[in-house]
Amino acid sequence: MAWFKREKKSLESVPPDERRVRTEGMWIKCEACAAILWKKDLDTNWQVCPKCEHHFKLGSVKRLELLLDDAEWTEHDAALASNDPLAFVDTKPYKLRLKDAQKKLGMADAILTAEGHLNGRPLICCSMEFGFIGGSMGAVVGEKVTRAIELCLEKQLPLVIVSCSGGARMMEGTISLMQLAKISAALARLDDARLPFISILTDPTTGGVTASYAMLGDLNIAEPGALIGFAGPRVIEQTIRQKLPEGFQRSEFLLQHGFLDAVVHRRDLKRYISTSLDFFLA
Amino acid sequence: MDAIRKKREIDRLEKDVEELRRLASKGSDEELERLHREVEELKREFYRHLGAWQRTQLARHAHRPYTLDYINMLFEEWCELHGERGFADDPAIVAGLARFHGQACVVVGHQKGRDTKQKVLRNFGMPKPEGYRKALRVMQLAAKFRRPIFTFVDTPGAYPGMDAEERGQAEAIARNLREMARLPVPIIVTITGEGGSGGALAIAVGDRVNMLENSIYSVISPEGCASIMWREAARAEEAANALKITAHDLLQIGIVDEIVPEPEGGAHHDPEGAARLLEPVLARTLEELLPQPPEKLLKARYEKFRRMGQNVIS
Repeated sequence: MAWFKREKKSLESVPPDERRVRTEGMWIKCEACAAILWKKDLDTNWQVCPKCEHHFKLGSVKRLELLLDDAEWTEHDAALASNDPLAFVDTKPYKLRLKDAQKKLGMADAILTAEGHLNGRPLICCSMEFGFIGGSMGAVVGEKVTRAIELCLEKQLPLVIVSCSGGARMMEGTISLMQLAKISAALARLDDARLPFISILTDPTTGGVTASYAMLGDLNIAEPGALIGFAGPRVIEQTIRQKLPEGFQRSEFLLQHGFLDAVVHRRDLKRYISTSLDFFLA
Repeated sequence: MDAIRKKREIDRLEKDVEELRRLASKGSDEELERLHREVEELKREFYRHLGAWQRTQLARHAHRPYTLDYINMLFEEWCELHGERGFADDPAIVAGLARFHGQACVVVGHQKGRDTKQKVLRNFGMPKPEGYRKALRVMQLAAKFRRPIFTFVDTPGAYPGMDAEERGQAEAIARNLREMARLPVPIIVTITGEGGSGGALAIAVGDRVNMLENSIYSVISPEGCASIMWREAARAEEAANALKITAHDLLQIGIVDEIVPEPEGGAHHDPEGAARLLEPVLARTLEELLPQPPEKLLKARYEKFRRMGQNVIS
């Protein structure tokens, strides 16, 4: 052995795993300003980028915690679940998709109905979950929203729906489409009964959800920068065969074109709803 | 593929029968009659068992009667009304006053074009927000003067373009859905061709929803579904089957009330025949609904849509 060779590789005494601090999944890059954010900072800031105020998606439960007093509420119709009426299969059976989503999120479908208080005022609040098959609306979402409206009628309560959805759920076919009519008919009754309905549109709200309840609020309020529209941007680009301009179909664009009452920052949302309900109700 | 082969077989047989008939001198040829009957039977069988994709193609057939054709064949004193009093008149939706069996009424429907120029003018039957707003304006006129409403549905969907988005496609559709639910007059809906998603539903909330035998009604086009699900629009046939969009499928799940038969081979073979078959259905439905008081009508309409999808959850 040559006299200048090392006798052992000293570095190997430290196992490779312990060599660096684990940061996997603790940092996140802001979609808008590309700043690297400590995930916990984002969590405490209700998923709003502290650097550029970009609004990330907020989960359905977190949303209720944001809006309802003391993060307390009674959930309604929690167990309603789809039974896959068409036995739909694409690259994966719909039944399996449902099961996976249910396991991942601990909820039966893409919406929560909560009865709680907002700044002391009792109300019904529906909160959609984008993580559940893109927040898509099938028979369960349709039924739950309709029941929520009927509950408002029965108890004379105002309604807030936070939308976050790609639209109708393809895997339930025409049944999904009919939910648009069902919910809108119930909203006509709510309107006749002169009970307030405040629609909150968050990123994204498109397709059948926009083309029914999301656009039918006494007030339509959106979070900043949310994608809101009927057809998705890709479909439009395919139709007109050109790129869409920056900011097309974003909250600010809809405000400019007269389809929203206001664009409200997440931190002000609760106060905004509360003040408007004070105007409408005694 | 299989359907095409069968159709070819039928066409060949039909030609054979014609040929034989021509060759045979006058007089009754039993063999010939038997053959003729066999072909007719085969044809009937063939059209009875058309798949969802074949029916989609029939629903889109360029010679299929459109709203204005039905108006011409079934209504009198048609007087078209234009515009929504805000932005423009949308030729993809026609609306107006007419008489059906003497009864003054309002007719609203999608309108497609037949030749290229007409197709462009009618925007391929894809309405923009002003079209839906016009439809609502005229339907509210009907409500004001207590006239029943007939709607005819045949659209690939609401137009997915920039201008339509800018003017609030979603808002226009949503408003129609809510307002149609409370118009205090009978609304009789007939899906005559393509019932393309929200763009169809926006004039299809009614007391009765009838579907022509070869029409379709879907949340998304089979091509759209295929390109989302499999990233391959070519698998549209598979998607058409999976989506359950035919009149028979939808009658079964309670989304439509009645299937209106079409002439043999589809409405495009015989538009007058199609109108003749539709007429008694409309007449009977109108007779049923006309005497009902508004409260009863609205309650039943609400319950009709309220039920939809209730049986598919547990």
